[in-house]
Amino acid sequence: MKSLVMAASVAALAAGGAWAEEGKVKVGMITTLSGGGAGLGIDVRDGFLLATKMAGNENLEVVVEDDQRKPEIAVQLADKMIQSEKVDVMTGIIWSNLAMAVVPAATAQGKFYLSPNAGPSALAGKGCNPLYFNVAWQNDNLHEAAGAYANDAGYKNTFMLAPNYPAGKDALTGYKRTYEGEAAGEVYTDLGQTDYAAQIAQIRASGADSVFFFLPGGMGISFLKQYANSGVDLPVVGPAFSFDQGILQAVGEAAVGIKNTSQWNKDLDNEANKEFVAAFQEEYDRLPSLYASQGYDTANLLLSAMDKADVSDAEAFGEALKEADFDSVRGKFSFGNNQHPVQDYYVREVVKEGDVYTNKLIGPSLTDHADAYAADCKM
Amino acid sequence: MTRETILNTFLFLLLPATALAAFALDEPFIITLATKAAILALAGVGLNIALGLGGLVSFGHAAFFGLGGYAMGILAAHAQSYTPIMESPFLIEGTKSMPVIWLVALAVSALAALLIGALSLRTSGVYFIMVTLAFGQMLFYFAISWPAYGGEDGLSIYVRNGFPGLNTLDPLTFFGIAFVILAAVLFFAGRLARAPFGLALSAARQNAERVEAVGLAPFKLRLVAFVISGAVTGLAGALFADLNRFVSPTMFSWQTSGEIMIFVILGGVGRLFGPVAGAALFILLEHVLGGLSEFWHIYLGLLLLLVVLFARGGMIGLIAGREVAHD
Amino acid sequence: MSFILLIEQVLNGVQSGVMLFLMAAGLTLIFGVMGLINLAHGSLYMVGAFAAAAVAAATGSFLLALVAALAAAALAGCLIEMTVIRRLYDRDHLDQVLATFALILIFSEGTRFLFGSFPLFLDIPAALSGPVMLPGGIQYPLYRLVIIGVGLAIAAGLFLLIARTRIGIQIRAGEADREMIAALGIDIAKLYTLIFALGAALAGLAGALVGAIQSVQVGMGEPVLILAFVVIVIGGIGSIKGALIGALLVGLTDTLGSVLLPLFFANFMEASAATSVGSSLASMSIYILMAGVLLFKPTGLFGEA
Repeated sequence: MKSLVMAASVAALAAGGAWAEEGKVKVGMITTLSGGGAGLGIDVRDGFLLATKMAGNENLEVVVEDDQRKPEIAVQLADKMIQSEKVDVMTGIIWSNLAMAVVPAATAQGKFYLSPNAGPSALAGKGCNPLYFNVAWQNDNLHEAAGAYANDAGYKNTFMLAPNYPAGKDALTGYKRTYEGEAAGEVYTDLGQTDYAAQIAQIRASGADSVFFFLPGGMGISFLKQYANSGVDLPVVGPAFSFDQGILQAVGEAAVGIKNTSQWNKDLDNEANKEFVAAFQEEYDRLPSLYASQGYDTANLLLSAMDKADVSDAEAFGEALKEADFDSVRGKFSFGNNQHPVQDYYVREVVKEGDVYTNKLIGPSLTDHADAYAADCKM
Repeated sequence: MTRETILNTFLFLLLPATALAAFALDEPFIITLATKAAILALAGVGLNIALGLGGLVSFGHAAFFGLGGYAMGILAAHAQSYTPIMESPFLIEGTKSMPVIWLVALAVSALAALLIGALSLRTSGVYFIMVTLAFGQMLFYFAISWPAYGGEDGLSIYVRNGFPGLNTLDPLTFFGIAFVILAAVLFFAGRLARAPFGLALSAARQNAERVEAVGLAPFKLRLVAFVISGAVTGLAGALFADLNRFVSPTMFSWQTSGEIMIFVILGGVGRLFGPVAGAALFILLEHVLGGLSEFWHIYLGLLLLLVVLFARGGMIGLIAGREVAHD
Repeated sequence: MSFILLIEQVLNGVQSGVMLFLMAAGLTLIFGVMGLINLAHGSLYMVGAFAAAAVAAATGSFLLALVAALAAAALAGCLIEMTVIRRLYDRDHLDQVLATFALILIFSEGTRFLFGSFPLFLDIPAALSGPVMLPGGIQYPLYRLVIIGVGLAIAAGLFLLIARTRIGIQIRAGEADREMIAALGIDIAKLYTLIFALGAALAGLAGALVGAIQSVQVGMGEPVLILAFVVIVIGGIGSIKGALIGALLVGLTDTLGSVLLPLFFANFMEASAATSVGSSLASMSIYILMAGVLLFKPTGLFGEA
């Protein structure tokens, strides 16, 4: 008798849960809000929340947690989101190593994951998943765009530089995938290295005609300041990460004129982008960054799917997401078979507008570009 | 019963009580937090054997914590991809069996502690603190840049490892496993402190010359203590990795060493249950303060300062009185 | 690798060693006289860099920025010495490690609270920017040369201070016998605050000088702190001479290791594997150096047991 009552109440609970959540979506955002690298997470969060605020959709509820950039903490927060908060969709992670720790477990437990920044290759190829959508780029993409730009610019002998960790190795692989010239040198630096004098001396001695580097965050700031002061004046190209709105002010004059590659810039000419840039400045009183644009697009993608399907029907909701029927701030945006972006990549140049360092759009680098791992994805 | 014994019993029962209450209220995440507290307490108990009993201030216990974690990660990763770890000279396969993983974690971290201890124990005082830190950093950089097992990305294990006859995926069961191990190790550590070995070690901490005079070698005593301490922390590392189903080089970072030390000091150095109190309090703070403010580290720092400056003997010392009871 | 490149890399190693010395000198003085391990020394480095960046942004003067860095770090040093550190002198190292670890947390997040999460801008003055030509055809950034000069001048000043002045005599007396100087009627509390502030000011100056060519951000002090500890352990804790030699050894090992090890492995390995293995070993090299030194001299090169 007792077990029967139990079973009945469980059924009622389950049914009650389903009714209560009709049309509602609960989003769990795990991102980096404290410690080093907090700027990126804050931008993703602010972009995402701006879009939800503008949409005014009351069916969308967002829970935000800080992972402190520690993978162990991210995993525990994911457990919390799934077990206690009972979220439907997860998002927010900035770093590939944290994404690798969280995403496979989240999708295995039936949660949608929309990546607003990291795009590790393992999740784009064999490890692709119907519940995992990348709304930013596959990790190699921006480097591939840099390699394509190097060809256009006529570089024949590039010196390449990246930190000694998986994303650094992916960066050089990505660059070399499109770049057709020779390698004047390949150097891996310490992760978190602050002094690049030794590497700059190597660049000077290498006989290179150009420099490609991937040094995200503070590493890029240090490198650019030291490079500008070294007397080496080879042209530099790199992905947008070292030239983003958040850190450009800290690099200052040393960055001006440098070409970098990105899928977005604040002067991209489309209505959605104009609205986004104006609204972001209005709301937060600063220029939006690449990361903010990605957070904003992620929220709008989610909102577009909510209009079409109920999240409790995973298949229909997945289909709705895959249509990517929203006005992306990047203009064209669609998903490939592995649910990673097929989009255009641009070359930007760092300029000074008044007192503010920012980027100006130069032209396209790669168009309708997917990623190299899509073929491995059986989906 | 002394006040400390009563307090220890209370603390000891607090963890399972929390887990059971969370189970009744259907808050599985609280069970996860209780499990985390039990595992981190275990790491602290390990450190406390070197620190409290032997007076060896190791700032490099993250090395053993990480090695235990990677023992789990590497074995399980090979088992999950059905590739052997090595084929020649003899075949070694991966495994997803917790008891085997624990044994390997214990063995690997004990071996590492033997090597690191044999070198570091030649020094003392601040030098010892810094040498142990250096060994931890060596392993940290090695783990980041060594590509075979994911480098900085770490290793994800998709399904928690198994224990014969138990469903380890159930949060409460896994809590039970961690808690039983913690209890067993606490019992062992308590016995160790009162055994002739523990008494000799304590004596060597207080007056090395006198111990030498009665014919015991302080170096050997300390080395054995350091090895036991490292092995226990390594076991905690393997459990921690299983809790997260994930390992990464951050387990090797000097901040991890610092945190393990915090558990011990928050609770009370040299007190058997100090790390249990310390770890539980730390998790509670992280959970509560972290929810209140983005800048919660400021409050954590202030609290730590207050404990160090005004509550010598840690939380247990504060409540139970300053003398370290010999129970 | 050409000879000129090697010379240039040696200069780079010396430059990073000299900056490490500014950090290590304070640490080793504080340890030598007061017997205190100060993990928060890296936070004072960060305070110096942030103060310099803030003042440079407001006034545009690099010189004022350096003054501000010195003042802010010394002030912060005085403040924590009088409120916290003072209570730790007669505690064991464990309490010191934990309390100063707590200070790191407070300083780091406090700085983020005040200055935000994005890195700040601090640039070298125009007069010192760009490279100069050294004899032998070596092109080298002027600012780095100036840093080497400033660092060596400060090292010389410290030696003079300790060898020739009244304060120096008190410092040496304090290192030799702490009870003794109290008996001599010296105001110990004041002396300790002064030494701590001096160490803090040196760290703050290093932060500002290095901040101009690196990224001024929260947490910037922690990697330097660990390196500075390696330096003073190699040199022998409490010895200024040891700190100078240790700092140069660490700077040179770190710089030359990262350049030479990949080349070395390229002799018998495929290029990209050699880069990878060489870089991995290079990042561990200074810790291996430290372990090696301690094996032969358990109290460092110039330390006393």
